[in-house]
Amino acid sequence: MAKIHLNMITQRSIEEGAAMEQGKTNPNYFIACSICEMNPEDMRKAGIWKNTNVRVTSECGTVIVKAIEPTQYCPPGLAHIRQGVWANQVVPPRTQSTGTPQYSGFPVTIEPAPNERIKTALELVQGAVGLWQGGKI
Amino acid sequence: MPKLIKGVGCPYCGSSCDDIEVLVSDDETKVLEVHNACIIGTNLFHHANDPTRPRLPRKRQPDGSMKEIPYEDAIDYMAKTMLAAKKPLIYGFGSTNCEGMSAIGRIAEKSGAVLDNCATICHGPSFLAIFDNGYPSCTLGEAKNRADVVVFWGCNPMHAHPRHTSRYSIFPRGYFTQKGQMQRTVLCIDPRETDTAKLADHHLMLDQGHDYELFNAFRTVLRGHDIPDVVAGIPKETIKKSAEIMKNAKFCMIFFGMGCTHTDGRNHNIDHAISLTRDLNDHTKCSIMAMRGHYNIAGPGQVWAWQFGFPYCIDLSKGTHAHMNPGETSSVDLAMRDEVDCFVNIGADAGAHFPIQPVQHLKKHPFIVIDPNFNMASEISDLHIPVRIAGVDEPGVVYRMDNVPIQFKAVLKGLPGVPSDEELFDRVYERMCELTNTKPIWLAAKEDRRYPESEAVS
Repeated sequence: MAKIHLNMITQRSIEEGAAMEQGKTNPNYFIACSICEMNPEDMRKAGIWKNTNVRVTSECGTVIVKAIEPTQYCPPGLAHIRQGVWANQVVPPRTQSTGTPQYSGFPVTIEPAPNERIKTALELVQGAVGLWQGGKI
Repeated sequence: MPKLIKGVGCPYCGSSCDDIEVLVSDDETKVLEVHNACIIGTNLFHHANDPTRPRLPRKRQPDGSMKEIPYEDAIDYMAKTMLAAKKPLIYGFGSTNCEGMSAIGRIAEKSGAVLDNCATICHGPSFLAIFDNGYPSCTLGEAKNRADVVVFWGCNPMHAHPRHTSRYSIFPRGYFTQKGQMQRTVLCIDPRETDTAKLADHHLMLDQGHDYELFNAFRTVLRGHDIPDVVAGIPKETIKKSAEIMKNAKFCMIFFGMGCTHTDGRNHNIDHAISLTRDLNDHTKCSIMAMRGHYNIAGPGQVWAWQFGFPYCIDLSKGTHAHMNPGETSSVDLAMRDEVDCFVNIGADAGAHFPIQPVQHLKKHPFIVIDPNFNMASEISDLHIPVRIAGVDEPGVVYRMDNVPIQFKAVLKGLPGVPSDEELFDRVYERMCELTNTKPIWLAAKEDRRYPESEAVS
């Protein structure tokens, strides 16, 4: 299947901020943050239909998110996942000795994954530390 | 009769708007309406009404579930865990008041902890550059009243600080800027065409991660030298034109954000931005300001620099003096090297906003979360202690992004039995003193304000 290598940035958006203040388990937070904005040209190259799920893989992790056309224009070669739980599954923790991880400007591979399910914030975080019990706790 | 409370401060972003009006129910337990705030601030105040807000600490049980326990037990657990740990890490403080930040200092000293705040994953590199190169800054009031050229470099206030442009930077009419937006030239430097870029008169869409080269090009042009035809994806002519606009300003204001500090170069980008500000002052007046993220994230910088001499990444584990060395004593690096054996997360969400690997490392040891609401960190914690929400049901001092202190009001009565950050930390500190048979040197939150009795401070 086609793949594309892009430069990833993860930054704030007002949708993310507004949803976060309603609670991170709120459905609005899921809608606001479990997306990857990329240029339509890049989508075409990788055989990705807009509003379908994609697998984003970086040097340190992988996450399923929904590919959408940019809400704020993204040039070809650049992808953007809004700051939050989904973005941080792929953000490399290397800090260049400053304490600040590489939240912006790290290489990722994006490939279509239309049949994969997007995990919830709780599933991702609790799953990462071995506490996920199907949302019961 | 519902009460309209005016002059309320908004506890969300670094703009720390203090003109919010909140309509509360007559028993002061519910927020009914929020006026003047942006959508994020409005949601924040309304979220305080959430009937599911935790009222008691919750402790993780062996089967993985959480069970409510009394505050006394939670305080005892936290005191014992922190005393038992060789090197606890205390992180957070994006969203609490300065009183809480001051109180945690005593716990950190007592337990030999590393004290860090959200700046470590945010404007930490800016601090490093400021140490190296100074900070020719001003207040937001000066920006509003004087700036006729405004540069947004790697920041997107339309999304991250929604009222920044209308209160301080683009639209307001100031003393020397009476025509508001008409009188201001706005430059935006960003790899995406953000909503801020759409507002700007000139958008320089640089190649992502090439801020350093572009700062360098601006400085070279300002000093009258030639530059290559294209720098960081921006044509020479555009750079020259933009430099000319900045040079011809009456007062040029540079705001910079995460676009500079999260990407390659980190503190070196900011270093150059500060040098550019200095160079511009050969031609006109120019000032620079970090777009701090939270309403009181400048607070720990102020409070802890006063207490310990450093704004963040403060290692108190030596027991004799504070030591700061980001890269070594910063939260993410400590976590990745497994150097801490207890994690306390206060008024921030490391679970959602740290890259996931450091979270996995931190979770190997006791994980305590102090937060008014449920969040990702609280849902993986061993102990979650709820507190009052600073700026909503707890008043306090906060420092705006330009380091101006503002007294925030409480609009609601706190949930019964739920302490403020300061009260909770004082109780934990007191318990730690009991356990170690020592005398507390300071307990500010006590009703009778028990001032220092011990010789250590007299």
